[in-house]
Amino acid sequence: MKHNQFSAGLKAGTSIAIGYFPVALTFGLLAKTAGLSIIEATAMSIFVYAGAAQYISLSLITSGVDPLLIVMNTFIVNIRHFLMTASLNEKMQPARKWVKAIYAFGITDESFSMLATGKKGKISTAFAFGVTLIAYGSWVVFTAIGHIIGANLPLFLQAAMSIALYAMFIGLLVPSMKGNRKVVMLAAVAAAIHCILYFTGALSTGWSILVATLASSIVVEMVYARRGKSAAAMYAREEEA
Amino acid sequence: MGPSYWWMLLGMALVTYIPRMIPLTVLDGKELPPVVQGVLRNIPYAVLGALIFPAILFVQEGNILFGVLGAGAAFLIAFLGGGVMSVVLGTIAVLAVYSLFV
Repeated sequence: MKHNQFSAGLKAGTSIAIGYFPVALTFGLLAKTAGLSIIEATAMSIFVYAGAAQYISLSLITSGVDPLLIVMNTFIVNIRHFLMTASLNEKMQPARKWVKAIYAFGITDESFSMLATGKKGKISTAFAFGVTLIAYGSWVVFTAIGHIIGANLPLFLQAAMSIALYAMFIGLLVPSMKGNRKVVMLAAVAAAIHCILYFTGALSTGWSILVATLASSIVVEMVYARRGKSAAAMYAREEEA
Repeated sequence: MGPSYWWMLLGMALVTYIPRMIPLTVLDGKELPPVVQGVLRNIPYAVLGALIFPAILFVQEGNILFGVLGAGAAFLIAFLGGGVMSVVLGTIAVLAVYSLFV
């Protein structure tokens, strides 16, 4: 029974593993262009295991940002996992805390979505281990392979490769922007704040990104909260009339 | 990269793992206020905006056109519905052609 649940998890996680393949490959490739060795790049995938934060750290490393600020940015970007594991907690089969603490490491945007939306009823611990293990394996292995490919890239591509990281960010952002004005606002406001701080030289890059991200997330949320309230008030008035 | 890289990696690993682990173990079933949840959900989109601009314009020193062209290509491919990989490869292809001929 337990064994079946584990293999079912591996099977379900395969789609995530396939999805990670190009992203991890690209990360390995970019890590190479950012100056990381294959050990350093793969170690990041092994120990951190968070796509967006890893990409962000590459862009900050190339800008020469203070390592401490890179850690802080990583924290800000990854506290969203807090929400995910908090909501996942109710769906999971009860288990010992140290067991939960192990598969907690494997909770990413993708594995969370799969576990949270995939099945009705409680999710078994073995299933969670299956899903997270295969996704994690794919992430680590393809990081290393990407780095090897990057090392053998023809020279004329090197200049063009410098854009890859940002193209990747755009490729991640744009699908969520379509039909979602809030996402457009979040990105635009953060970009505007960062541009102002950057061109006035008020803050260093790492701090500026941190401040712009938090300010935009809070301000846009407040704007939407207020709109939500006024909309509710409007509906109430309509009902009275 | 020197030893500072490994300290940074340790820090990154800790600040990534802790938010994943705490709700499943320490909190076990307590909920955050909705406003905090909203703000946390916004962060990934906001950080992408701040990361892309203005840095994308300066990827090649002294040649803003290179960055503008790359940004244009990436947004276009993404809007046309290309996946992340095709956005990355398409943009690289556009700029590779540009640097070969210009």
